[in-house]
Amino acid sequence: MSAAEIWIAFVTIIVREVRRFTRIWPQTLLPPAVTMTLYFIIFGNLIGSRIGPMEGFDYMEFIVPGLIMMSVITSSYANVVSSFFGMKFQRSIEELLVSPVPNWVILLGYVGGGMCRGLLVGLAVTLLSLAFTSLPIHNLAMVIITALLTSFVFSLGGFINAMFATKFDDISIVPTFVLTPLTYLGGVFYSISMLPPLWQNLSLVNPILYMVNAFRYGILGISDVAPGYALAMLVLFGVILFTISLNLLHRGKGIRH
Amino acid sequence: MTEALTIENLSKTYDGGFEALKGIDLHVQQGDFFALLGPNGAGKSTTLGVLASLVNKTAGYVAVHGIDMDKDPARAKTFLGFVPQEFNFNQFEKVFDIITTQAGYYGIGPRRARENATRYLKQLGLWEKRDSPARMLSGGMKRRLMIARALVHEPRVLILDEPTAGVDIELRRSMWEFLERINREGTTIILTTHYLEEAEALCRNIAIIDQGRILQNTNKKALLRQLSVETFVLDLDTELSQAPVLEGYHSSLNKEGALLLEVRRGQGLNGAFRQLDRAGIGISSMRTQANRLEELFLRLVEENNAPGSVPA
Repeated sequence: MSAAEIWIAFVTIIVREVRRFTRIWPQTLLPPAVTMTLYFIIFGNLIGSRIGPMEGFDYMEFIVPGLIMMSVITSSYANVVSSFFGMKFQRSIEELLVSPVPNWVILLGYVGGGMCRGLLVGLAVTLLSLAFTSLPIHNLAMVIITALLTSFVFSLGGFINAMFATKFDDISIVPTFVLTPLTYLGGVFYSISMLPPLWQNLSLVNPILYMVNAFRYGILGISDVAPGYALAMLVLFGVILFTISLNLLHRGKGIRH
Repeated sequence: MTEALTIENLSKTYDGGFEALKGIDLHVQQGDFFALLGPNGAGKSTTLGVLASLVNKTAGYVAVHGIDMDKDPARAKTFLGFVPQEFNFNQFEKVFDIITTQAGYYGIGPRRARENATRYLKQLGLWEKRDSPARMLSGGMKRRLMIARALVHEPRVLILDEPTAGVDIELRRSMWEFLERINREGTTIILTTHYLEEAEALCRNIAIIDQGRILQNTNKKALLRQLSVETFVLDLDTELSQAPVLEGYHSSLNKEGALLLEVRRGQGLNGAFRQLDRAGIGISSMRTQANRLEELFLRLVEENNAPGSVPA
Protein backbone atom coordinates (compact mmCIF):
# COMPACT_ATOMS: atom_id res chain seq x y z
CA MET A 1 0.00 0.00 0.00
CA SER A 2 1.18 3.52 -0.71
CA ALA A 3 1.57 6.06 2.10
CA ALA A 4 -1.68 7.75 1.01
CA GLU A 5 -3.58 4.43 1.06
CA ILE A 6 -2.15 3.58 4.48
CA TRP A 7 -3.29 6.98 5.74
CA ILE A 8 -6.82 6.36 4.41
CA ALA A 9 -6.90 2.94 6.11
CA PHE A 10 -5.67 4.45 9.39
CA VAL A 11 -8.26 7.24 9.31
CA THR A 12 -10.96 4.69 8.42
CA ILE A 13 -10.21 2.67 11.56
CA ILE A 14 -10.16 5.79 13.74
CA VAL A 15 -13.43 7.11 12.27
CA ARG A 16 -15.05 3.71 12.76
CA GLU A 17 -13.94 3.65 16.40
CA VAL A 18 -15.07 7.21 17.11
CA ARG A 19 -18.40 6.49 15.42
CA ARG A 20 -18.78 3.40 17.63
CA PHE A 21 -18.19 5.08 20.98
CA THR A 22 -20.17 8.21 20.13
CA ARG A 23 -23.11 6.06 18.93
CA ILE A 24 -23.29 4.46 22.37
CA TRP A 25 -22.41 7.62 24.34
CA PRO A 26 -24.68 6.78 27.30
CA GLN A 27 -22.41 3.76 27.89
CA THR A 28 -19.09 5.35 27.00
CA LEU A 29 -19.05 9.09 27.66
CA LEU A 30 -21.73 9.76 30.26
CA PRO A 31 -20.78 7.31 33.08
CA PRO A 32 -17.25 8.69 33.71
CA ALA A 33 -18.63 12.24 33.81
CA VAL A 34 -21.25 11.23 36.38
CA THR A 35 -18.76 9.19 38.45
CA MET A 36 -16.16 11.95 38.52
CA THR A 37 -18.77 14.55 39.48
CA LEU A 38 -19.62 12.36 42.47
CA TYR A 39 -15.92 12.12 43.35
CA PHE A 40 -15.64 15.92 43.19
CA ILE A 41 -18.66 16.38 45.42
CA ILE A 42 -17.94 13.66 47.98
CA PHE A 43 -14.13 13.51 48.18
CA GLY A 44 -13.41 17.04 47.13
CA ASN A 45 -16.15 19.11 48.74
CA LEU A 46 -17.63 17.10 51.60
CA ILE A 47 -14.65 15.08 52.91
CA GLY A 48 -11.90 17.22 51.40
CA SER A 49 -12.99 20.31 53.33
CA ARG A 50 -12.21 18.40 56.57
CA ILE A 51 -8.88 16.98 55.36
CA GLY A 52 -7.21 20.32 54.86
CA PRO A 53 -4.44 21.29 52.47
CA MET A 54 -2.11 18.71 50.89
CA GLU A 55 1.32 19.68 49.56
CA GLY A 56 0.23 23.30 49.80
CA PHE A 57 -3.02 22.92 47.83
CA ASP A 58 -6.68 22.44 48.76
CA TYR A 59 -7.56 18.74 48.80
CA MET A 60 -9.96 19.31 45.91
CA GLU A 61 -7.20 20.91 43.83
CA PHE A 62 -4.85 18.09 44.78
CA ILE A 63 -7.12 15.25 43.66
CA VAL A 64 -8.46 16.78 40.43
CA PRO A 65 -5.39 15.92 38.26
CA GLY A 66 -5.47 12.33 39.52
CA LEU A 67 -9.19 12.00 38.85
CA ILE A 68 -8.76 13.34 35.33
CA MET A 69 -5.99 10.78 34.76
CA MET A 70 -8.18 8.07 36.24
CA SER A 71 -10.93 8.79 33.71
CA VAL A 72 -8.40 8.91 30.84
CA ILE A 73 -6.91 5.56 31.91
CA THR A 74 -10.20 3.70 32.31
CA SER A 75 -11.79 5.13 29.16
CA SER A 76 -8.81 4.46 26.85
CA TYR A 77 -8.44 0.94 28.19
CA ALA A 78 -12.16 0.17 28.07
CA ASN A 79 -12.56 1.45 24.52
CA VAL A 80 -9.92 -0.76 22.95
CA VAL A 81 -10.59 -3.87 25.02
CA SER A 82 -14.33 -3.82 24.35
CA SER A 83 -14.13 -2.79 20.71
CA PHE A 84 -11.40 -5.20 19.67
CA PHE A 85 -12.83 -8.10 21.65
CA GLY A 86 -16.26 -7.31 20.21
CA MET A 87 -14.79 -7.55 16.71
CA LYS A 88 -13.14 -10.83 17.59
CA PHE A 89 -16.39 -12.14 19.05
CA GLN A 90 -18.46 -11.10 16.00
CA ARG A 91 -15.59 -12.14 13.71
CA SER A 92 -15.74 -8.74 12.03
CA ILE A 93 -12.00 -8.50 12.73
CA GLU A 94 -11.78 -10.67 9.59
CA GLU A 95 -12.71 -7.58 7.57
CA LEU A 96 -9.33 -6.16 8.54
CA LEU A 97 -7.37 -9.40 8.32
CA VAL A 98 -8.36 -10.04 4.69
CA SER A 99 -7.45 -6.47 3.75
CA PRO A 100 -3.94 -5.24 2.95
CA VAL A 101 -3.77 -2.99 6.04
CA PRO A 102 -0.39 -3.60 7.75
CA ASN A 103 -0.55 -4.83 11.34
CA TRP A 104 1.08 -1.70 12.72
CA VAL A 105 -1.67 0.41 11.13
CA ILE A 106 -4.37 -1.82 12.62
CA LEU A 107 -2.70 -1.42 16.02
CA LEU A 108 -2.29 2.35 15.70
CA GLY A 109 -5.88 2.68 14.46
CA TYR A 110 -7.33 0.93 17.50
CA VAL A 111 -4.97 2.70 19.87
CA GLY A 112 -5.89 6.00 18.20
CA GLY A 113 -9.58 5.23 18.77
CA GLY A 114 -8.89 4.47 22.44
CA MET A 115 -6.90 7.69 22.78
CA CYS A 116 -9.73 9.72 21.25
CA ARG A 117 -12.21 8.39 23.81
CA GLY A 118 -9.76 8.70 26.70
CA LEU A 119 -8.87 12.28 25.84
CA LEU A 120 -12.47 13.27 25.15
CA VAL A 121 -13.57 11.93 28.52
CA GLY A 122 -10.52 13.57 30.15
CA LEU A 123 -11.49 16.90 28.61
CA ALA A 124 -15.10 16.54 29.76
CA VAL A 125 -13.97 15.71 33.30
CA THR A 126 -11.55 18.67 33.25
CA LEU A 127 -14.37 21.02 32.25
CA LEU A 128 -16.60 19.57 34.98
CA SER A 129 -13.86 20.03 37.55
CA LEU A 130 -13.82 23.77 36.80
CA ALA A 131 -17.25 23.96 38.43
CA PHE A 132 -15.62 22.89 41.70
CA THR A 133 -12.12 24.34 41.63
CA SER A 134 -9.66 26.27 39.51
CA LEU A 135 -6.75 24.66 37.65
CA PRO A 136 -3.66 26.87 37.65
CA ILE A 137 -1.85 24.96 34.79
CA HIS A 138 1.81 25.05 35.75
CA ASN A 139 3.12 23.52 32.48
CA LEU A 140 0.67 23.05 29.59
CA ALA A 141 3.07 21.00 27.46
CA MET A 142 3.53 18.57 30.33
CA VAL A 143 -0.25 18.27 30.73
CA ILE A 144 -0.78 17.51 27.03
CA ILE A 145 2.16 15.10 26.67
CA THR A 146 1.21 13.19 29.81
CA ALA A 147 -2.42 12.87 28.74
CA LEU A 148 -1.39 11.67 25.26
CA LEU A 149 1.14 9.15 26.56
CA THR A 150 -1.17 7.83 29.26
CA SER A 151 -4.03 7.25 26.86
CA PHE A 152 -1.56 5.63 24.44
CA VAL A 153 -0.18 3.25 27.09
CA PHE A 154 -3.59 2.21 28.38
CA SER A 155 -5.07 1.79 24.92
CA LEU A 156 -2.23 -0.65 24.28
CA GLY A 157 -3.03 -2.37 27.58
CA GLY A 158 -6.62 -2.79 26.47
CA PHE A 159 -5.48 -4.14 23.12
CA ILE A 160 -3.29 -6.81 24.74
CA ASN A 161 -6.15 -7.77 27.05
CA ALA A 162 -8.49 -8.12 24.06
CA MET A 163 -5.99 -10.27 22.15
CA PHE A 164 -5.82 -12.78 25.01
CA ALA A 165 -9.52 -12.65 25.94
CA THR A 166 -11.62 -15.59 24.87
CA LYS A 167 -14.86 -14.64 26.66
CA PHE A 168 -16.54 -11.48 27.94
CA ASP A 169 -15.46 -12.22 31.55
CA ASP A 170 -11.85 -11.90 30.44
CA ILE A 171 -12.24 -8.27 29.48
CA SER A 172 -13.49 -7.21 32.92
CA ILE A 173 -10.98 -9.14 35.06
CA VAL A 174 -8.00 -6.85 34.42
CA PRO A 175 -9.90 -3.54 34.88
CA THR A 176 -11.50 -4.82 38.10
CA PHE A 177 -8.62 -6.63 39.75
CA VAL A 178 -5.56 -4.84 38.36
CA LEU A 179 -6.41 -1.43 36.94
CA THR A 180 -8.73 -0.15 39.68
CA PRO A 181 -6.43 -1.11 42.63
CA LEU A 182 -3.38 0.31 40.84
CA THR A 183 -5.25 3.55 40.13
CA TYR A 184 -6.42 3.95 43.72
CA LEU A 185 -2.90 3.16 45.00
CA GLY A 186 -1.25 5.37 42.39
CA GLY A 187 -1.38 8.58 44.38
CA VAL A 188 -4.69 9.91 43.07
CA PHE A 189 -6.01 10.72 46.56
CA TYR A 190 -2.76 11.17 48.51
CA SER A 191 0.90 11.97 48.22
CA ILE A 192 3.13 8.92 48.67
CA SER A 193 5.29 11.03 50.98
CA MET A 194 2.57 10.31 53.58
CA LEU A 195 3.33 6.58 53.38
CA PRO A 196 5.90 4.60 55.41
CA PRO A 197 9.19 4.04 53.46
CA LEU A 198 8.32 0.43 52.51
CA TRP A 199 5.02 1.45 50.92
CA GLN A 200 6.66 4.45 49.27
CA ASN A 201 9.14 2.10 47.56
CA LEU A 202 6.42 -0.35 46.60
CA SER A 203 4.42 2.50 45.10
CA LEU A 204 7.30 3.28 42.75
CA VAL A 205 6.67 0.06 40.79
CA ASN A 206 3.12 1.19 40.07
CA PRO A 207 3.11 2.73 36.55
CA ILE A 208 0.01 4.79 37.32
CA LEU A 209 1.94 6.71 39.99
CA TYR A 210 4.14 8.23 37.26
CA MET A 211 1.19 9.23 35.11
CA VAL A 212 -0.73 10.85 37.95
CA ASN A 213 2.32 12.71 39.21
CA ALA A 214 3.47 13.87 35.80
CA PHE A 215 -0.02 15.22 35.14
CA ARG A 216 -0.26 16.77 38.61
CA TYR A 217 3.08 18.45 37.97
CA GLY A 218 1.74 19.88 34.73
CA ILE A 219 -1.28 21.36 36.49
CA LEU A 220 -0.09 22.18 40.01
CA GLY A 221 3.70 22.08 39.70
CA ILE A 222 4.08 19.41 42.40
CA SER A 223 5.07 15.75 42.04
CA ASP A 224 6.20 12.79 44.16
CA VAL A 225 8.64 11.75 41.40
CA ALA A 226 10.86 13.78 39.08
CA PRO A 227 8.62 14.85 36.13
CA GLY A 228 11.26 14.03 33.52
CA TYR A 229 11.74 10.57 35.02
CA ALA A 230 7.96 10.05 35.05
CA LEU A 231 7.73 10.94 31.33
CA ALA A 232 10.64 8.63 30.52
CA MET A 233 8.86 5.79 32.31
CA LEU A 234 5.70 6.51 30.31
CA VAL A 235 7.62 6.34 27.04
CA LEU A 236 9.27 3.09 28.17
CA PHE A 237 5.90 1.52 29.02
CA GLY A 238 4.57 2.65 25.65
CA VAL A 239 7.45 1.11 23.72
CA ILE A 240 7.25 -2.19 25.61
CA LEU A 241 3.48 -2.54 25.24
CA PHE A 242 3.56 -1.50 21.56
CA THR A 243 6.19 -4.17 20.84
CA ILE A 244 4.18 -6.84 22.65
CA SER A 245 0.95 -5.84 20.89
CA LEU A 246 2.54 -5.87 17.44
CA ASN A 247 4.11 -9.25 18.12
CA LEU A 248 0.72 -10.66 19.15
CA LEU A 249 -0.85 -9.30 15.95
CA HIS A 250 1.93 -10.80 13.80
CA ARG A 251 1.38 -14.16 15.46
CA GLY A 252 -2.37 -13.79 15.03
CA LYS A 253 -2.95 -14.65 18.69
CA GLY A 254 -6.63 -15.52 19.05
CA ILE A 255 -7.57 -14.09 15.63
CA ARG A 256 -5.88 -16.40 13.10
CA HIS A 257 -5.90 -20.20 13.22
CA MET B 1 -0.91 -15.51 -18.94
CA THR B 2 -0.23 -15.40 -15.21
CA GLU B 3 -2.45 -17.72 -13.21
CA ALA B 4 -5.11 -16.06 -11.06
CA LEU B 5 -4.24 -18.44 -8.26
CA THR B 6 -1.34 -20.81 -7.76
CA ILE B 7 -1.19 -23.15 -4.80
CA GLU B 8 1.68 -25.60 -4.49
CA ASN B 9 2.26 -28.19 -1.80
CA LEU B 10 0.01 -26.35 0.65
CA SER B 11 -0.32 -28.00 4.02
CA LYS B 12 -1.94 -27.03 7.27
CA THR B 13 -1.73 -28.80 10.60
CA TYR B 14 -3.81 -27.23 13.38
CA ASP B 15 -2.55 -26.87 16.95
CA GLY B 16 -4.32 -30.03 18.08
CA GLY B 17 -2.38 -32.01 15.44
CA PHE B 18 -5.23 -32.29 12.93
CA GLU B 19 -3.82 -32.31 9.41
CA ALA B 20 -6.40 -30.37 7.41
CA LEU B 21 -4.34 -30.01 4.20
CA LYS B 22 -1.75 -32.54 3.10
CA GLY B 23 0.25 -30.80 0.42
CA ILE B 24 -2.37 -29.74 -2.13
CA ASP B 25 -1.72 -28.18 -5.54
CA LEU B 26 -4.26 -25.98 -7.31
CA HIS B 27 -3.97 -23.83 -10.40
CA VAL B 28 -6.77 -21.45 -11.38
CA GLN B 29 -6.56 -19.47 -14.60
CA GLN B 30 -7.62 -15.83 -14.95
CA GLY B 31 -11.31 -15.50 -15.82
CA ASP B 32 -12.10 -19.01 -14.62
CA PHE B 33 -15.21 -20.03 -12.72
CA PHE B 34 -13.74 -22.62 -10.43
CA ALA B 35 -15.36 -24.87 -7.82
CA LEU B 36 -13.67 -26.59 -4.93
CA LEU B 37 -15.88 -29.45 -3.86
CA GLY B 38 -15.62 -31.81 -0.96
CA PRO B 39 -17.53 -33.28 1.97
CA ASN B 40 -17.58 -31.58 5.40
CA GLY B 41 -14.11 -31.44 6.94
CA ALA B 42 -12.40 -32.10 3.59
CA GLY B 43 -10.24 -28.97 3.79
CA LYS B 44 -12.23 -26.56 1.59
CA SER B 45 -12.66 -23.81 4.16
CA THR B 46 -9.09 -24.21 5.40
CA THR B 47 -7.84 -23.69 1.84
CA LEU B 48 -9.95 -20.57 1.43
CA GLY B 49 -8.95 -19.44 4.93
CA VAL B 50 -5.28 -19.55 3.93
CA LEU B 51 -6.06 -17.51 0.81
CA ALA B 52 -7.95 -14.96 2.89
CA SER B 53 -5.13 -14.76 5.47
CA LEU B 54 -7.43 -16.02 8.21
CA VAL B 55 -5.51 -19.28 8.56
CA ASN B 56 -1.72 -19.50 8.86
CA LYS B 57 -0.41 -22.20 6.55
CA THR B 58 2.07 -24.75 7.83
CA ALA B 59 3.95 -25.02 4.53
CA GLY B 60 3.56 -24.43 0.82
CA TYR B 61 3.41 -21.68 -1.77
CA VAL B 62 0.44 -19.44 -2.55
CA ALA B 63 0.45 -16.76 -5.23
CA VAL B 64 -2.35 -14.49 -6.49
CA HIS B 65 -1.81 -13.16 -9.99
CA GLY B 66 1.82 -14.24 -9.65
CA ILE B 67 2.36 -12.34 -6.38
CA ASP B 68 3.78 -14.51 -3.62
CA MET B 69 1.55 -14.11 -0.55
CA ASP B 70 4.55 -14.58 1.75
CA LYS B 71 6.69 -11.96 0.05
CA ASP B 72 4.12 -9.26 -0.71
CA PRO B 73 0.91 -10.12 1.15
CA ALA B 74 -0.50 -6.59 1.00
CA ARG B 75 -0.34 -6.43 -2.80
CA ALA B 76 -1.63 -9.98 -3.21
CA LYS B 77 -4.59 -9.15 -0.97
CA THR B 78 -5.66 -6.25 -3.17
CA PHE B 79 -6.41 -8.81 -5.91
CA LEU B 80 -8.66 -10.87 -3.64
CA GLY B 81 -12.22 -10.46 -2.42
CA PHE B 82 -13.45 -12.95 0.15
CA VAL B 83 -17.00 -13.95 1.06
CA PRO B 84 -16.92 -16.21 4.12
CA GLN B 85 -19.43 -18.88 5.04
CA GLU B 86 -20.44 -17.26 8.36
CA PHE B 87 -21.68 -13.70 8.72
CA ASN B 88 -18.70 -11.69 9.94
CA PHE B 89 -19.73 -8.05 9.97
CA ASN B 90 -20.66 -5.81 12.88
CA GLN B 91 -24.38 -6.42 13.26
CA PHE B 92 -24.93 -2.94 14.71
CA GLU B 93 -23.34 -1.00 11.86
CA LYS B 94 -25.33 0.39 8.96
CA VAL B 95 -25.13 -1.46 5.65
CA PHE B 96 -23.62 1.50 3.80
CA ASP B 97 -21.02 2.11 6.52
CA ILE B 98 -19.92 -1.54 6.44
CA ILE B 99 -19.18 -1.31 2.73
CA THR B 100 -17.46 2.08 2.76
CA THR B 101 -15.38 1.14 5.80
CA GLN B 102 -14.17 -1.96 4.00
CA ALA B 103 -13.20 0.20 1.02
CA GLY B 104 -11.20 2.39 3.39
CA TYR B 105 -9.23 -0.64 4.58
CA TYR B 106 -8.06 -1.02 0.98
CA GLY B 107 -6.93 2.59 0.87
CA ILE B 108 -9.89 3.72 -1.27
CA GLY B 109 -10.83 7.34 -0.62
CA PRO B 110 -14.31 8.34 0.63
CA ARG B 111 -15.66 9.52 -2.75
CA ARG B 112 -14.76 6.37 -4.69
CA ALA B 113 -15.80 4.24 -1.72
CA ARG B 114 -19.28 5.81 -1.78
CA GLU B 115 -19.55 5.35 -5.57
CA ASN B 116 -18.52 1.69 -5.41
CA ALA B 117 -20.76 1.00 -2.42
CA THR B 118 -23.70 2.60 -4.21
CA ARG B 119 -23.06 0.56 -7.38
CA TYR B 120 -22.78 -2.82 -5.67
CA LEU B 121 -25.62 -2.24 -3.22
CA LYS B 122 -27.86 -1.38 -6.19
CA GLN B 123 -26.67 -4.36 -8.23
CA LEU B 124 -27.30 -6.71 -5.33
CA GLY B 125 -30.71 -5.25 -4.45
CA LEU B 126 -29.66 -3.77 -1.12
CA TRP B 127 -29.83 -0.07 -1.90
CA GLU B 128 -33.12 0.40 -0.05
CA LYS B 129 -31.53 -1.09 3.05
CA ARG B 130 -28.41 1.08 2.99
CA ASP B 131 -29.26 2.91 6.22
CA SER B 132 -30.48 -0.17 8.12
CA PRO B 133 -28.31 -1.78 10.77
CA ALA B 134 -26.99 -5.07 9.39
CA ARG B 135 -28.80 -7.08 12.06
CA MET B 136 -32.15 -6.03 10.57
CA LEU B 137 -31.44 -7.78 7.25
CA SER B 138 -32.76 -11.20 6.29
CA GLY B 139 -30.33 -14.10 5.88
CA GLY B 140 -30.23 -13.75 2.10
CA MET B 141 -29.64 -10.01 2.33
CA LYS B 142 -26.79 -10.54 4.78
CA ARG B 143 -25.17 -12.91 2.32
CA ARG B 144 -25.51 -10.34 -0.48
CA LEU B 145 -24.10 -7.69 1.85
CA MET B 146 -20.97 -9.83 2.25
CA ILE B 147 -20.68 -10.12 -1.54
CA ALA B 148 -21.00 -6.34 -1.95
CA ARG B 149 -18.40 -5.84 0.76
CA ALA B 150 -16.00 -8.28 -0.94
CA LEU B 151 -16.39 -6.48 -4.27
CA VAL B 152 -16.07 -2.88 -3.10
CA HIS B 153 -12.34 -2.70 -3.88
CA GLU B 154 -12.98 -4.32 -7.31
CA PRO B 155 -10.87 -7.45 -6.83
CA ARG B 156 -9.68 -9.56 -9.77
CA VAL B 157 -10.42 -12.79 -7.90
CA LEU B 158 -13.58 -13.36 -5.86
CA ILE B 159 -13.55 -16.26 -3.40
CA LEU B 160 -16.84 -17.46 -1.98
CA ASP B 161 -17.20 -20.07 0.73
CA GLU B 162 -20.65 -21.68 0.41
CA PRO B 163 -22.24 -18.50 -1.00
CA THR B 164 -25.75 -19.87 -1.37
CA ALA B 165 -25.99 -21.92 1.84
CA GLY B 166 -29.39 -21.33 3.41
CA VAL B 167 -30.58 -19.13 0.56
CA ASP B 168 -33.97 -19.75 -1.06
CA ILE B 169 -34.13 -21.00 -4.65
CA GLU B 170 -35.19 -17.70 -6.22
CA LEU B 171 -32.44 -15.78 -4.52
CA ARG B 172 -29.91 -18.50 -5.30
CA ARG B 173 -30.76 -18.18 -8.99
CA SER B 174 -30.37 -14.40 -8.90
CA MET B 175 -27.00 -14.78 -7.14
CA TRP B 176 -25.92 -17.26 -9.83
CA GLU B 177 -26.83 -14.71 -12.49
CA PHE B 178 -24.90 -12.01 -10.69
CA LEU B 179 -21.81 -14.18 -10.31
CA GLU B 180 -21.99 -15.25 -13.96
CA ARG B 181 -22.20 -11.60 -14.98
CA ILE B 182 -19.17 -10.45 -13.03
CA ASN B 183 -17.32 -13.52 -14.27
CA ARG B 184 -18.12 -12.54 -17.87
CA GLU B 185 -16.82 -9.07 -17.04
CA GLY B 186 -13.47 -10.60 -16.10
CA THR B 187 -13.55 -11.47 -12.40
CA THR B 188 -12.14 -14.90 -11.62
CA ILE B 189 -14.48 -16.75 -9.30
CA ILE B 190 -13.53 -19.52 -6.93
CA LEU B 191 -16.25 -21.05 -4.80
CA THR B 192 -16.99 -23.95 -2.55
CA THR B 193 -20.49 -25.29 -2.46
CA HIS B 194 -22.54 -28.17 -1.16
CA TYR B 195 -24.97 -27.76 -4.03
CA LEU B 196 -23.33 -29.79 -6.76
CA GLU B 197 -25.91 -28.65 -9.27
CA GLU B 198 -24.53 -25.16 -8.61
CA ALA B 199 -21.00 -26.26 -9.51
CA GLU B 200 -22.28 -28.14 -12.58
CA ALA B 201 -24.33 -25.17 -13.76
CA LEU B 202 -21.76 -22.43 -13.15
CA CYS B 203 -18.22 -23.73 -13.11
CA ARG B 204 -15.82 -24.52 -15.91
CA ASN B 205 -13.17 -26.19 -13.76
CA ILE B 206 -13.61 -28.26 -10.66
CA ALA B 207 -11.34 -29.68 -7.98
CA ILE B 208 -12.55 -32.35 -5.60
CA ILE B 209 -10.90 -32.42 -2.20
CA ASP B 210 -11.27 -35.00 0.53
CA GLN B 211 -9.33 -35.55 3.74
CA GLY B 212 -6.92 -32.76 2.86
CA ARG B 213 -5.99 -34.15 -0.56
CA ILE B 214 -7.04 -33.16 -4.06
CA LEU B 215 -8.70 -36.16 -5.69
CA GLN B 216 -9.43 -34.50 -9.03
CA ASN B 217 -8.58 -31.15 -10.57
CA THR B 218 -9.79 -30.82 -14.13
CA ASN B 219 -12.40 -29.16 -16.29
CA LYS B 220 -16.01 -30.04 -15.77
CA LYS B 221 -16.45 -31.83 -19.09
CA ALA B 222 -13.42 -34.06 -18.54
CA LEU B 223 -14.62 -34.78 -15.05
CA LEU B 224 -18.08 -35.75 -16.21
CA ARG B 225 -16.60 -37.97 -18.91
CA GLN B 226 -15.31 -40.15 -16.10
CA LEU B 227 -18.86 -40.95 -15.18
CA SER B 228 -19.13 -44.43 -16.76
CA VAL B 229 -22.65 -45.23 -15.61
CA GLU B 230 -25.61 -42.91 -15.25
CA THR B 231 -28.82 -43.96 -13.55
CA PHE B 232 -32.23 -42.87 -14.88
CA VAL B 233 -35.51 -43.08 -13.00
CA LEU B 234 -38.45 -44.10 -15.23
CA ASP B 235 -41.98 -43.68 -13.88
CA LEU B 236 -44.07 -46.41 -15.50
CA ASP B 237 -47.75 -46.29 -16.38
CA THR B 238 -48.19 -49.87 -15.14
CA GLU B 239 -47.29 -51.29 -11.74
CA LEU B 240 -44.71 -54.06 -11.92
CA SER B 241 -43.96 -56.69 -9.25
CA GLN B 242 -40.42 -57.14 -10.50
CA ALA B 243 -38.08 -55.30 -12.82
CA PRO B 244 -38.22 -56.40 -16.47
CA VAL B 245 -35.14 -58.09 -17.93
CA LEU B 246 -33.64 -55.67 -20.47
CA GLU B 247 -30.83 -57.05 -22.56
CA GLY B 248 -27.65 -54.98 -22.24
CA TYR B 249 -28.96 -52.94 -19.31
CA HIS B 250 -29.16 -53.39 -15.57
CA SER B 251 -32.53 -52.43 -14.13
CA SER B 252 -34.29 -52.59 -10.77
CA LEU B 253 -37.37 -51.18 -9.07
CA ASN B 254 -37.16 -48.62 -6.28
CA LYS B 255 -39.57 -48.65 -3.36
CA GLU B 256 -41.96 -46.28 -5.16
CA GLY B 257 -42.22 -48.80 -8.02
CA ALA B 258 -40.24 -46.69 -10.50
CA LEU B 259 -37.74 -48.39 -12.78
CA LEU B 260 -34.07 -47.61 -12.16
CA LEU B 261 -32.15 -48.00 -15.39
CA GLU B 262 -28.35 -47.96 -15.44
CA VAL B 263 -26.95 -46.72 -18.75
CA ARG B 264 -23.25 -47.01 -19.56
CA ARG B 265 -21.46 -44.13 -21.26
CA GLY B 266 -22.07 -44.22 -25.01
CA GLN B 267 -24.76 -46.85 -24.72
CA GLY B 268 -27.85 -44.69 -25.31
CA LEU B 269 -31.40 -45.19 -24.15
CA ASN B 270 -33.08 -46.29 -27.37
CA GLY B 271 -32.38 -49.98 -26.86
CA ALA B 272 -34.03 -49.93 -23.46
CA PHE B 273 -37.05 -47.99 -24.76
CA ARG B 274 -37.55 -50.47 -27.61
CA GLN B 275 -37.45 -53.44 -25.25
CA LEU B 276 -39.91 -51.76 -22.84
CA ASP B 277 -42.20 -50.92 -25.73
CA ARG B 278 -42.14 -54.54 -26.96
CA ALA B 279 -43.02 -55.69 -23.43
CA GLY B 280 -45.99 -53.30 -23.42
CA ILE B 281 -44.58 -51.18 -20.61
CA GLY B 282 -45.28 -47.47 -21.03
CA ILE B 283 -43.17 -44.67 -19.60
CA SER B 284 -44.97 -41.66 -18.15
CA SER B 285 -41.93 -39.61 -17.19
CA MET B 286 -38.16 -39.85 -16.84
CA ARG B 287 -35.37 -38.10 -14.86
CA THR B 288 -31.79 -38.73 -13.81
CA GLN B 289 -31.51 -40.31 -10.39
CA ALA B 290 -28.97 -37.77 -9.17
CA ASN B 291 -27.15 -34.81 -10.49
CA ARG B 292 -24.34 -36.18 -12.68
CA LEU B 293 -21.66 -34.41 -10.78
CA GLU B 294 -23.12 -35.64 -7.53
CA GLU B 295 -22.85 -39.26 -8.69
CA LEU B 296 -19.24 -38.77 -9.66
CA PHE B 297 -18.44 -36.86 -6.49
CA LEU B 298 -19.91 -39.55 -4.28
CA ARG B 299 -18.04 -42.23 -6.17
CA LEU B 300 -14.69 -40.45 -5.91
CA VAL B 301 -15.13 -39.76 -2.21
CA GLU B 302 -16.22 -43.35 -1.59
CA GLU B 303 -13.18 -44.65 -3.44
CA ASN B 304 -10.91 -42.35 -1.45
CA ASN B 305 -12.40 -43.57 1.80
CA ALA B 306 -12.15 -47.25 0.83
CA PRO B 307 -9.55 -49.20 2.86
CA GLY B 308 -6.19 -49.30 1.10
CA SER B 309 -7.11 -46.54 -1.36
CA VAL B 310 -4.25 -44.58 -2.87
CA PRO B 311 -4.92 -40.87 -3.18
CA ALA B 312 -4.71 -39.35 -6.63
